[in-house]
Amino acid sequence: MQTYFYQLADDITARMQGDERFTCTFSAEDSDFVRMNKGVVRQAGSVAQRSLTINLITGMRHTAGSVSLSGDLSMDRAWIDTMLVRSREKMPHLPEDPHHLYATDVRSSEQQGKNLLAKSSDVVPAILDAGHNRDMVGLYASGGMYYGFANSFGQRNWFSSFNHNLEWSFYSQADKAVKSRYSGFEWDLAAFRGKVDWANEQLDVLTHPSHTVHPGRYRVYISPYALYDVVGMLGWGCFGLKSHRTKQTPLLHMLEGGAKLHSAVTMFENTHDGIAPNFQDAGFIKPDYVSLIEKGELCNTLVSPRSAKEYGIPTNGASGHEAPESVEMLGGEIQTDQILRQLDTGIYINNVWYLNYSDRSACRMTGMTRFATFWVENGIIKAPLSVMRFDETLYRMLGENLIGLTAERDLIMDSTTYQMRSTESGRLPGALVGEFSFTL
Amino acid sequence: MRTIEEIVEAHFSVVAPKVDFCSLRFVSERDEYLSVRQNILQPVSTSHDVGVMITVIDRGGMGYAATSELTESGLRDAVECAKTWAQRSSGCGVMDYATITYPQAVGEYESPTKKPWDSVALSEKINLLQATCEQLKIGDRIVDWETSLWYTEANSLYLTTHGGRVRQQLRFVLPMMGVTVNQGVETERRTFGGHGYGRQGGLEVLDELKFSEAPAQLVAEALELLEAPNCPSGTMDLLLAPDQMILQIHESIGHPIELDRILGDERNYAGTSFVTPDMFGTYQYGSELLNVTFDPTKPEEFASYGFDDDGQPATKQDIIRNGVLLRPLGGVTSQVRAGMEGVANSRAAGWNRPPIDRMANLNLEPGSSSMEEMVASVERGILMKTNCSWSIDDSRNKFQFGCEWAQLIEDGRLTTVVKKPNYRGISATFWRNLKMVGHTGTVEVLGTPYCGKGEPNQSIRVGHSTPMCLFSQVDVFGGV
Repeated sequence: MQTYFYQLADDITARMQGDERFTCTFSAEDSDFVRMNKGVVRQAGSVAQRSLTINLITGMRHTAGSVSLSGDLSMDRAWIDTMLVRSREKMPHLPEDPHHLYATDVRSSEQQGKNLLAKSSDVVPAILDAGHNRDMVGLYASGGMYYGFANSFGQRNWFSSFNHNLEWSFYSQADKAVKSRYSGFEWDLAAFRGKVDWANEQLDVLTHPSHTVHPGRYRVYISPYALYDVVGMLGWGCFGLKSHRTKQTPLLHMLEGGAKLHSAVTMFENTHDGIAPNFQDAGFIKPDYVSLIEKGELCNTLVSPRSAKEYGIPTNGASGHEAPESVEMLGGEIQTDQILRQLDTGIYINNVWYLNYSDRSACRMTGMTRFATFWVENGIIKAPLSVMRFDETLYRMLGENLIGLTAERDLIMDSTTYQMRSTESGRLPGALVGEFSFTL
Repeated sequence: MRTIEEIVEAHFSVVAPKVDFCSLRFVSERDEYLSVRQNILQPVSTSHDVGVMITVIDRGGMGYAATSELTESGLRDAVECAKTWAQRSSGCGVMDYATITYPQAVGEYESPTKKPWDSVALSEKINLLQATCEQLKIGDRIVDWETSLWYTEANSLYLTTHGGRVRQQLRFVLPMMGVTVNQGVETERRTFGGHGYGRQGGLEVLDELKFSEAPAQLVAEALELLEAPNCPSGTMDLLLAPDQMILQIHESIGHPIELDRILGDERNYAGTSFVTPDMFGTYQYGSELLNVTFDPTKPEEFASYGFDDDGQPATKQDIIRNGVLLRPLGGVTSQVRAGMEGVANSRAAGWNRPPIDRMANLNLEPGSSSMEEMVASVERGILMKTNCSWSIDDSRNKFQFGCEWAQLIEDGRLTTVVKKPNYRGISATFWRNLKMVGHTGTVEVLGTPYCGKGEPNQSIRVGHSTPMCLFSQVDVFGGV
């Protein structure tokens, strides 16, 4: 795959005319997807896709085109030729772009993943076995992901990764279920069975009658997975330079009003330990770490090359969306095995669902509890909770009402598969929060 | 010289296996995205996404393989891969797929287009966006502003080993516009229909939507919001404009009645449903004024087509009549699994994803009231327009939605503009409080490309045509 991409990059270099330059990105995946319902297979298949994007540059004008690759050199060369012809036809109609910035210092790199994956034909029977006599629903995704960058200056970057991501739910009845995840680079049957056993233990609690609470404020524990969804919302415009300069960041009260989060909150982009490529589509290399919130105070922004040029500050290799891809939050001092005791009486939130801003300027977000969320009394799980809607600002949740964070943190490999399997991840603690607002 | 579509068809005739059933779905999707932000043309991008999905049913199992490798050997490998998956899932699937009689339709469909995208020069389209964008910046409090056009042409060919052959050529246009205003720690934003004016056709869509005339009102309303009081809290009547109704229909009618959700396929991701199979035919989903149809035959609507991705011919169907739930949104596979009638809505987001039940065009049929009559009927209420926040539980019951702009209704008159309007409710009771339905003069045809669902995940186009609607006894509230 890498050789093929580099061969195409050399071909494109040879096709440049006059003062033309190019940047080019490659993305591909070979994935197996096995979808299950009621403990059996609903849909099973494989997806092999490759795509190439070329940004053709002439002076301050440029235009980008993407094309699917067939893997057949003559066919792909023909498509690339067609794309370059169309781009050249467009160029005279385009004004100069004052905000276009691309890397000119050559910084080639290579991150080769090792393919230690078990065959899906071996793994799927073990999964179905775990779901035998269970109402199991979920998805097993597995395979290789490949990203590349090349430009006319000779820079070449390559990234490959081979991982699996199994997400499944054991249903008890109606909407009562335990959601579990097993992701990694190598299938370990014992580790998987350990997670199945843990899910089965929680499932027993779900057979108890549901506990319903009235809207109001409650002491809650937010698990690392639930917190990942909350922090995921911050990726929606909180940290980008553009959103700060245009006052659209949901952290506007921190930016303009002096608001702070709890001093225990430190958050950063950790490309070094993440599972995403460390290069982006204009050829810039991301720094290992970018501090975003330090001890509760707003710190750096994520700066794409375009924003860097627009606002006149250096880029830190952020993508065009200027959102974290490998977010990390420091832990606190609460031991995970003490969480129930520390929670005392309140709600143990394993998962949240469908978050959105209900007041963007104030960073107030709403969402639902989902899956195994429990009512806890005196440190003992008493019953599953009927789903509840929360509506709470970040400043209360991770600010004035934050009681503490767990010392232990979970590595969460993002399981979304829109277009391609995600390479995003997070490493987060759980959070103990007081006076958390439920509204419906 | 043969087209890639013709080449793929020829390859399929060679590599098609001898199994119970095999289909090939070829999709070639070309996009062009033009955007002007702060009066500067953003990078112009195009894409050509092309590939095939092979589906095999063999020994009662079903498997698929999607590939962008369109050579004969690429397709042969995909066939073998799909066959292997079919055999592996034989005997351990949700059903015996060999018992399903998939349609063997032969036909063609094309989006009607009056002003083709390519009939207008690139520079002319950029100039239009530029001119529209410039109208949005009329003062210092406007901190960001942009206009854009997203055009897609999707050509597909569906072939089966039993003689099915369907060609479709769909054209999509999504015009977008937004303006952001700020004052201290207050930022407000107005958009052109919440980016929900996706339609099929060509550039005539811009004229139909009066795109060029939109900036003045958007800017005025955005600035008005900066000065506006917070939306009050309380239980009151709620009048929703079509660009909020699109979301209300989508989330609290469309998704709950998708048959694959009811069958449990989505419980690990998009969720289940409060609707159960026994409710169809008797369940009072809403007031007697609620009439909802599934209609992929409305030519200009975003999710129209002649056939779904299992080759089922598209027809209009009543889904809710006089408030009673009649029929789920389920394609051929789900219909057999559930033993229920459904609709032609088995759809895939692209060549690289398998078809699942999607809502396509789900429309709320107009009633008889004018907007003036609806406003006049309200003693204490609020008009909300343009969705900006959406959240609903996994059973599609407890929802909370927010809008960009709202205006109070007091003693039958529209009065104060308020900011940060939100409302919450429960699907199962909300629609029963549908009090008045707007006539055809209040109807708008909307559509969005961002309906997410499925494992692996799929984002697909959906359309919703709807009038303004008035609801009673709704829990309304504002910002912090």
